[in-house]
Amino acid sequence: MTDLTGTGTLFRLAARRDRVAIPVWVLSIAAMVALTASSLKRLYPTRADLVHLAATVADNPAVVAIRGQARGLDTIGGTTAWQVGWFAMLAAALMSLLLVVRHTRGDEETARMELLLAQPVGRYAALAAAMAIVVVANVAIAVAVAAAMTAYGAPVGGSVALGTSIAGAGLVFGAVAAVTAQFATTGRAASGLAGAALGIAYVMRAVGDVKHDSVGWLTWVSPLGWAEEMRPFAGDRWWPLAILLVVASVLVLGAVRRQGARDYQAGLIAPRPGPPRASRLLTTPLGLAVRVERGTFAGWAAGGFAIGFAYGSIGNSVKDIIDTSSQLQEVFIRGGGDVVDAFFSTTSMVLALIATGFAVQAVLRMRADEAGGLAEPILATALSRTRWAASHVAVGLAGAVALTAIAGLGTGLAYALQGGEAIDIGRLTWAAVVQTPAVWVVGALTLVLFGLIPRISVPIAWSVLGGCVVVSFVGPLLGLPDWVSQLSPYDHIPKLPAAPFSAWPLLALTGIAAVLTAVGLAGLRRRDIG
Amino acid sequence: MTDAIHTAGLAKSFGSTKALDGLDLTVALGEVHGFLGPNGAGKSTTIRVLLGLLRADAGQVEVLGGDPWRDAVALHRRLAYVPGDVALWPNLTGGEAIDILGALRGGLDRSRRDALIERFELDPTKKGRTYSKGNRQKVALVAALASDAELFVLDEPTSGLDPLMEAVFRKCMEDERDRGRTILLSSHILAEVEALCDRLSIVRAGAVVESGTMADLRHLTRTSIDVSTSRPVAGLDQIAGVHVVDVDDERAQFDVDTAQLDEVMRFLAPLGIRSLVSRPPTLEELFLRHYGDEIAA
Repeated sequence: MTDLTGTGTLFRLAARRDRVAIPVWVLSIAAMVALTASSLKRLYPTRADLVHLAATVADNPAVVAIRGQARGLDTIGGTTAWQVGWFAMLAAALMSLLLVVRHTRGDEETARMELLLAQPVGRYAALAAAMAIVVVANVAIAVAVAAAMTAYGAPVGGSVALGTSIAGAGLVFGAVAAVTAQFATTGRAASGLAGAALGIAYVMRAVGDVKHDSVGWLTWVSPLGWAEEMRPFAGDRWWPLAILLVVASVLVLGAVRRQGARDYQAGLIAPRPGPPRASRLLTTPLGLAVRVERGTFAGWAAGGFAIGFAYGSIGNSVKDIIDTSSQLQEVFIRGGGDVVDAFFSTTSMVLALIATGFAVQAVLRMRADEAGGLAEPILATALSRTRWAASHVAVGLAGAVALTAIAGLGTGLAYALQGGEAIDIGRLTWAAVVQTPAVWVVGALTLVLFGLIPRISVPIAWSVLGGCVVVSFVGPLLGLPDWVSQLSPYDHIPKLPAAPFSAWPLLALTGIAAVLTAVGLAGLRRRDIG
Repeated sequence: MTDAIHTAGLAKSFGSTKALDGLDLTVALGEVHGFLGPNGAGKSTTIRVLLGLLRADAGQVEVLGGDPWRDAVALHRRLAYVPGDVALWPNLTGGEAIDILGALRGGLDRSRRDALIERFELDPTKKGRTYSKGNRQKVALVAALASDAELFVLDEPTSGLDPLMEAVFRKCMEDERDRGRTILLSSHILAEVEALCDRLSIVRAGAVVESGTMADLRHLTRTSIDVSTSRPVAGLDQIAGVHVVDVDDERAQFDVDTAQLDEVMRFLAPLGIRSLVSRPPTLEELFLRHYGDEIAA
């Protein structure tokens, strides 16, 4: 096995490089599970409380789409698994795919790998080390989650099943990334492809769970579905874990085969020659920013449209289920308003969060360029810092408008196709577009971070977005006080189409975004570049 | 305004690291100025201050009569910069990168651009990520040279270039000098500096320790002499400023402080000089004299 020579050393190198990131991921995931369990215990101390809670949400298709099928909701363990299991799985999957790409294609792209491969290091050592790191990280998640649940008095079997299902989902997407890293020539593209696979798996699981009578098989072709089908605290099934492990192994073997057959730094697509001259558009700061961001935008747009479309196609089922459930009808009618509209006001916010991902990435591109040495030659020309940053911010914020529109259009089209009316296309697109001032606030806040604390702006900016997701979807369960959820700009957006439109919050958020942008630009003008 | 660049007492710290510690640098208009120093001496930090990318903690700095921090954009229209480690957009071609940098500076000369691409044998249709280090360097050089800049700020511009391309680079630099351009050339390729520069400054630990023309600097150092005489050489080491390397009866090899050269010649002449080879100090020796203790340590 000389092809694995040096794996141990590379493993220790990877562990050293990620000695902060991995514990942060593991502890954040475990802490989220633990917090949910503890607040559920506090808010719903008896079994009857839990059953009452379940009655209000378990059949709500919007919630099922996001979290998965409701099972075992009469216990703290089952309710916890249902409420945060999906999110923990996504987090573990994201961690795993980022880790694998970072230690394989990411290093290969930057030629760091060359330095290592010139040592007595085997052809598969880097891949093996990356997978080993991911296994260790996911096992740590499983152990931490199981320990946390057991500590809150949940049964050991279910606790281990929950931890293992999260880790299993993580592992499979680590393996998916091992494959995408073989085909993409850049780390970004490799993570993007693996992330797209994760998105597709999530959408399939969501649609399969909501329409389990007709297309329930969709759940069964999604790795997130297999993890879900382990049914922690609701039967504790172990055989889906075998599917997860077998599929992960097959994927890794595929990656190994490809690794053995390909050249260093080679991907599936050979680099093609491009234009010898820049177009007129490209030579303006804004044109350059558009060009640099357009690939990223296309990825987010495709993902946003797909997720929007998936939500739209569930819309009808929402109505059906409500019609047949008198209890739910009662709940929603008492709340006033149309159930389907309430569903779509929630999904619009999800679409806005997706658009925010692009806006944050577009603004942080400047930090990547600064750290990578691209900003220096540009800023040594007659381009001012303000104009440079304004171009990227403009692309990020305008792109966010386009993204909410595209994703909202996806929802509207799918809903109209499934029996809605043509006017729904406009209504649902508008419901998503209305969210953009909140996106702008987070994008502008990212600029402030970049302008004032560039070195730590990247993790903080993504944490802000992660915080908004937590506050919006997990926050109510954690029993967070109102003022905390009001910190999220998305909380202030009129809940279209369920609630009436109101311009004032939008104007206020736009004003805040403008002030933040000014602060960020001022900070950037005053600081050192490099 | 007679100086293209003038700094006095420039200081810049990054945390507890003093990158610049009272750096005085003067580059006259129209001169090619060598900027020498080992890695970590503060060359790149100085250049970034000159470009207004970093703000000095203390001291004065003037570039083309302006303040590089305050007047960055206006000054950048008049100068061209080549970084030592060129990063390009991975998915844009070299030709596109050249045009972008040129346009952002305020336009470049199309025919000059094409001629330079030819001269440097650069393929402008390749994507940034596929270029080797040398080719990335060429992209930055073409972008800089195709502009009509008054001042060129070059940070180790030839690292990664092959000897043929280095020769092309030198020719380009000579052309620019003949056109009256000012060039600040940071380098540690001493032969290049020796061949191109009118004046040079040696920087160490964030301060300029020596500045002047090659002749000025040579004067401060020793000349190597290899002499054969008719009569045996004796008592040479009694002369102040002579550092004997090897005396073998009628042949002597030694270094002498350049200021003492006259006296040594008077001492040698009566001995009947049969042959004499005098070698002025190379830049390497100048350089090593300033850093010798680091090498010894």
